[in-house]
Amino acid sequence: MRHLLGLFILITILSFSCTTEDTNAWRGLEIPAHFPDPVFQVIVSEKGFELGRKLFYDPILSRDNTISCGSCHIQGSAFSHHGHDVSHGIDDRLGSRNAPAVQNMIWNSSFFWDGGVSHIDLISVSPIQNELEMDESFVNVIRKLNLKEDYRKLFKEVFGTDSVSGAYFLTAMSQFMSMLVTADSRYDRYVLGDATALDAVELEGKQLFEQKCASCHVGVLQSDFSFRNNGLKSEPFRDGGRYHVSLIESDKGKFKVPSLRNVAITAPYMHDGSLRTLESVLAHYALGVQKSSTLDPELEKNGVIGIPMSTEERTAIIRFLHTLTDDKFIRDPRFSEP
Amino acid sequence: MKFNSFSFLFSASLFAIVMSFSACHEHDDELTGTGSLEIEFDHLAGGQTLELGKSYTNAAGEAMSFSEFKYYVSNFSLVKSDGSVFTVPKDDCYFLISEKADGKNGTVKIDNIPAGDYKEFRFIIGVDSLKSVSPAAERTGVLDPAGEGAGMYWAWNSGYIFVKVEGESPAAPLDSVAGTRRFRYHIGLFGGFSAPTLNNIKSVSLSDAHGDVAKVRNSDHHAPHLHLYVDVLEMFTGPNNISVATNPTVMASPFSKNLADNYQDMFVLDHIHN
Repeated sequence: MRHLLGLFILITILSFSCTTEDTNAWRGLEIPAHFPDPVFQVIVSEKGFELGRKLFYDPILSRDNTISCGSCHIQGSAFSHHGHDVSHGIDDRLGSRNAPAVQNMIWNSSFFWDGGVSHIDLISVSPIQNELEMDESFVNVIRKLNLKEDYRKLFKEVFGTDSVSGAYFLTAMSQFMSMLVTADSRYDRYVLGDATALDAVELEGKQLFEQKCASCHVGVLQSDFSFRNNGLKSEPFRDGGRYHVSLIESDKGKFKVPSLRNVAITAPYMHDGSLRTLESVLAHYALGVQKSSTLDPELEKNGVIGIPMSTEERTAIIRFLHTLTDDKFIRDPRFSEP
Repeated sequence: MKFNSFSFLFSASLFAIVMSFSACHEHDDELTGTGSLEIEFDHLAGGQTLELGKSYTNAAGEAMSFSEFKYYVSNFSLVKSDGSVFTVPKDDCYFLISEKADGKNGTVKIDNIPAGDYKEFRFIIGVDSLKSVSPAAERTGVLDPAGEGAGMYWAWNSGYIFVKVEGESPAAPLDSVAGTRRFRYHIGLFGGFSAPTLNNIKSVSLSDAHGDVAKVRNSDHHAPHLHLYVDVLEMFTGPNNISVATNPTVMASPFSKNLADNYQDMFVLDHIHN
């Protein structure tokens, strides 16, 4: 009888937890009402997303099975590599660029700092094969996955095939990455009509940001996704950036304008991770811009190098940048290591 | 007897009529329906049969031996004698041709071609820009970077390598670690997906020097066979002479244009078997 009672309680608890689960039921890929149309239309299924999530956190993608995507793209830092100027990959080798945040991917018109990858599906081949990151061959990743019965089973459930193929691997990765949508910061609530979501200083910072920063950091995603030289370095450029992709001389030293969503938690900053704090970023734009032949015209207006900003103005802008943090996104259990 | 002779004549003429109808019918049948075309890519080096590992001399006078010679051809269209053009459905004709160690070169077959006489054969060297920016699901077969297309894809630039030539040459600089003198030519770049950049896709148009045509007939017939000569040393001469000593490694750089301008003329239609 006591056993039966225990069972009854257990069932009750289970059914309650099921009810709670239901509020987190699969809703698919949702486009926030205040966002523009995405560049990529990715069809996401629950099982495809879950498979992509498993792969994202699986070090099998690296040569010696030590590094996963999640090793350098940490959820708590909006899937960036907090604290590392340039990312350290396999054998602790150092890359030359800072790991960008994996968020709102379907609104990007190209990927990586130099925009070398043109389709969301093709993103993961690059870090897998980069010898400073995972240093593995894409062919071998697919071979290793095919040796694992659980993966063969999962790929069959999602794609109906008996073996793991490169195309389906990439599609699963896209499904996971497409779901990483961050659109629930205090700034978003303000945009959606909650006038109390920002305080007076943050609102002042927002206005200053719109005057001084929004010619490049445009709109609700704070980026026009163009390639610009922000005056971090002068010639000769150690990293040619966009030039490596376009081979156009005037692209030397240009990098993609990043979205500023979750910027307060994705330090360090810039393509090379050389600026550690938002204060140093604002100080760079106000005082430290280096002149060069490809410097963005927005940073050289009326013969003035940089963006004139007082200390108070910079402080207000930084207060505003903190309102772009989406606490729900960085704690969303759907996106964490399974 | 008379009846018989009439009967014979009648039968004979009936037979002749039936025969002529059936001949007509057969003739119609030949030029209706669809057939196939085979294209052989026969690899040479300076006019000799290419053998991997054997030494040849380029136009700059440098000795070169090849370990790899591999390229994409795609987007075929075929011109009939009357000038009409049949464009082969794009997804049926991405081919990755590779010089094999056993000397067997690639012969590819294109099916479902409307029957007819074809005088001109057009294709591109490389992979078109649309396919180069397509989602993963459309990159199958030779275009799968994790499959047959491995080693022919730049992950950081999401583009394909169109033509890959590697080997050794005494003119190449010494790699002190490996103790080898290697050259590497990986030529790609499809023109950029957002802003125009260097485009090394080259169009080729071939026809027989003697005016021979490829007679594509319905599938009951033997497929005509184009025998192409592809001379790897043409990569190093033509509009631009390439020196291994000066440019031992060429990949995604502005200089790659010089090799692309050379490989445009690398394909020659030697003859057609019907």
